[in-house]
Amino acid sequence: MKRILQGNEAIARGAWEAGVTVGCAYPGTPSSEILARLSEYGEVYTEWSPNEKVAMEVAHGASVAGGRALVCMKHVGLNVAADPFMTISYVGVRGGMVVAVADDPGQHSSQNEQDSRQWARFGKVPLVEPADSRECRDYTKIAFEISERFDTPVLLRSETRVSHCDSPVELGERRESGMERKLDKKEVSKLVMVPMHARIRRHAVEERMKNLASYAERDFPFNEMEINDPSVGFIASGVSFLYTKDVFPQYSFLKLGMAWPLPARMIREFFDQVRKVVIVEELDPFLETEIRAMGFRVWHGKDLVPSIGELTPTAIDRSLSKAVTGKETVSVPARFDTEELPKRPPNLCAGCSHRPLFYALRKLKLFVFGDIGCYGLGAAPPLSAMHFSTCMGAGVGGSYGAGKVLGEEGLGKICAVLGDSTFLHSGIGPLMDAVYNGGYSTTIIMDNGITAMTGQQEHPATGFTIRGEPAPMVDFEQLARSVGVKHVRTVDPYNIKETVEVIREEVARNEASVIITKNSPCMLLRRARPQERFRHSHYRIQEDVCRGCKICLNVSCPAISWVAEEGETRDGDRRKGRASINADQCVGCAVCVQVCEFESIVPLAE
Amino acid sequence: MSQNGETKNIFLSGVGGQGTILAGNILGQVLLEAGYDVKKAEVHGMAQRGGDVTTHFRYGKKVYSPLIKEGDVDFLVSFELLEGLRYINWVKPGGKVIINNHRILPPAVNLGKMAYPAGMEEIFKKHFGENFWIVDGRGIAKALGNIQVANVVLIGALSRFFPSLEPEPWIDVIKSILPPRLHEINVKAFYEGRRAIKIE
Repeated sequence: MKRILQGNEAIARGAWEAGVTVGCAYPGTPSSEILARLSEYGEVYTEWSPNEKVAMEVAHGASVAGGRALVCMKHVGLNVAADPFMTISYVGVRGGMVVAVADDPGQHSSQNEQDSRQWARFGKVPLVEPADSRECRDYTKIAFEISERFDTPVLLRSETRVSHCDSPVELGERRESGMERKLDKKEVSKLVMVPMHARIRRHAVEERMKNLASYAERDFPFNEMEINDPSVGFIASGVSFLYTKDVFPQYSFLKLGMAWPLPARMIREFFDQVRKVVIVEELDPFLETEIRAMGFRVWHGKDLVPSIGELTPTAIDRSLSKAVTGKETVSVPARFDTEELPKRPPNLCAGCSHRPLFYALRKLKLFVFGDIGCYGLGAAPPLSAMHFSTCMGAGVGGSYGAGKVLGEEGLGKICAVLGDSTFLHSGIGPLMDAVYNGGYSTTIIMDNGITAMTGQQEHPATGFTIRGEPAPMVDFEQLARSVGVKHVRTVDPYNIKETVEVIREEVARNEASVIITKNSPCMLLRRARPQERFRHSHYRIQEDVCRGCKICLNVSCPAISWVAEEGETRDGDRRKGRASINADQCVGCAVCVQVCEFESIVPLAE
Repeated sequence: MSQNGETKNIFLSGVGGQGTILAGNILGQVLLEAGYDVKKAEVHGMAQRGGDVTTHFRYGKKVYSPLIKEGDVDFLVSFELLEGLRYINWVKPGGKVIINNHRILPPAVNLGKMAYPAGMEEIFKKHFGENFWIVDGRGIAKALGNIQVANVVLIGALSRFFPSLEPEPWIDVIKSILPPRLHEINVKAFYEGRRAIKIE
């Protein structure tokens, strides 16, 4: 049966068909749907792990016990999981272990655009790179076989345009792996990576890479050569191959399904059969560097193909057409200057509990060390309430470190904010540091009860597992106290005045403190019935009272807009325009009501 | 409609929450069942937060790239006026444009810092003439009692351009994707969309 599957769904399908027994992940766009879909197969144990390092370790434990295991993450997640990853390469596996990592060229929803293929060379593990959903299924299946046959974790590299593209897949059946489930104490020299053992494994890793290179050469079925017009030959992998094939269908291709290790003889054969070789790859010149190092004369690569941002058929056409075909790209003349159109950046949802909190921080004029998640949207004007953000958990350590330099001068001026899921991911370590080493820092946990930005995934403090079964819940207050934080307070962010006061007191303290938001579930979290907290379901602005001061626009609510229309209030004050609330979008959070200084916002009669 | 297996390109644009993903799913299933290879590309992540959303949809005998090349769009279907104008240069000469007559103000307009572009209908008319249709998807959906079905109105409008796929395959797919309680209103929305297109 043929079905249209999203790339991530197809990876999950491939893992299921390959008899995977354990799947773990921390969510991250564009990888999140892999595990969400895998959790729908009853035969597989799946979990949202607290972070990618934990997920990697759980998967490896499962593999050592004889189960096939899939661990998934976005590209930056592999940085978090790098420590176990680099040594799992030495230890190897028993049940096949596949590490699915999804890159985000063009940074649709990421803080950087690192190229995960580099991990394959760095970690000395094989890497397969599917281009569409059918390949996602096929490559995932073969990755488990490669893993067991060569005693290695296998990287499966996806990216936004593979993970989030849909195409047809012929579905197959599940086959159990047949590996015996057991732990073996006799394997200690392979499983305990003390220097004495690891030095021996170091040689095994090199031997393995040699064997894998000859496998890539002879047996791996997805390195494919297609000789058409031999005047130009393209070497590409993953979705870059599909783009290139579309733009230059008449020429010859070497498509590498395995981007590491490379099939040197196959590459030589390709160079022998075509006159000039162009390497097309997204982001880093990974293949190009290696192929040039093998001594081949590459005609074009990163000298023409952009290495920054997403590669697209348009980018390939514009960068290579002249060189390849001798003709410039013919583009349709612009009908309209679309660059000048108003942009439509994402915004916090109407009613979001982050909005009043950011408004409070803005009012206090604090320098805010932020984090990765929806609250990143608080950095944009007019809220402009976040001033630092690198990676998950970094805001807590960052604000503490800044305090060490600023000393007393910084008291009352800085704080850190992060979400509930992010705090559990990597915020606990730096909080301990602030207590242990002494100094000040205020950490605000914006608890909306879910991993929100990636699309509503559970975590250890939501009370539910990935399958929606009830689970024990981490208590943030107790957790903060147990690492030694003496000042732990809760606030209702929808009460702006109280929130401002609590934050003002805590940031002035020359000690570590924690503030946790309560009554603040994500607006998209249906089970929490987020709108039922609000006293009224909608508000309106009294047209004859609004003075047009624009202060309510500063809360950046998608339901509030400016109406430029000269007029006057009922008290005769002249105004240049007025604010207006769109009842379709307003959910009644009443944040604007608290901000308005002229009491012009009132409940909409129901 | 794809002739001789050549790949055809449909570009859907809109604002997060307007249902472009469902519209793309319907399109995909109908064309797969009609025997085509299909590829569809979307960016997720920000879709629920009011940002702009696009779907690249391609079908033919064998489709390689999931992304459409700028200037190669055969059909632009926009769920919002400004989001249609944003991709006007993506349409190939002779391409067709269907736009939902709906404005959703972006933040800069809400804040009074920029104006929502005026005269968009005229701009499209000027460039596409008889190959441009404006559909009151939101109005039709509202009259049916659920503004959420505007996406299916637009799919209905688009379906007029696939003469070999008479309504049944579309209706079957809509019913197979949506829960039974939503069948009646969506089938109505689909037919209203078909009626909204006058082809000379």
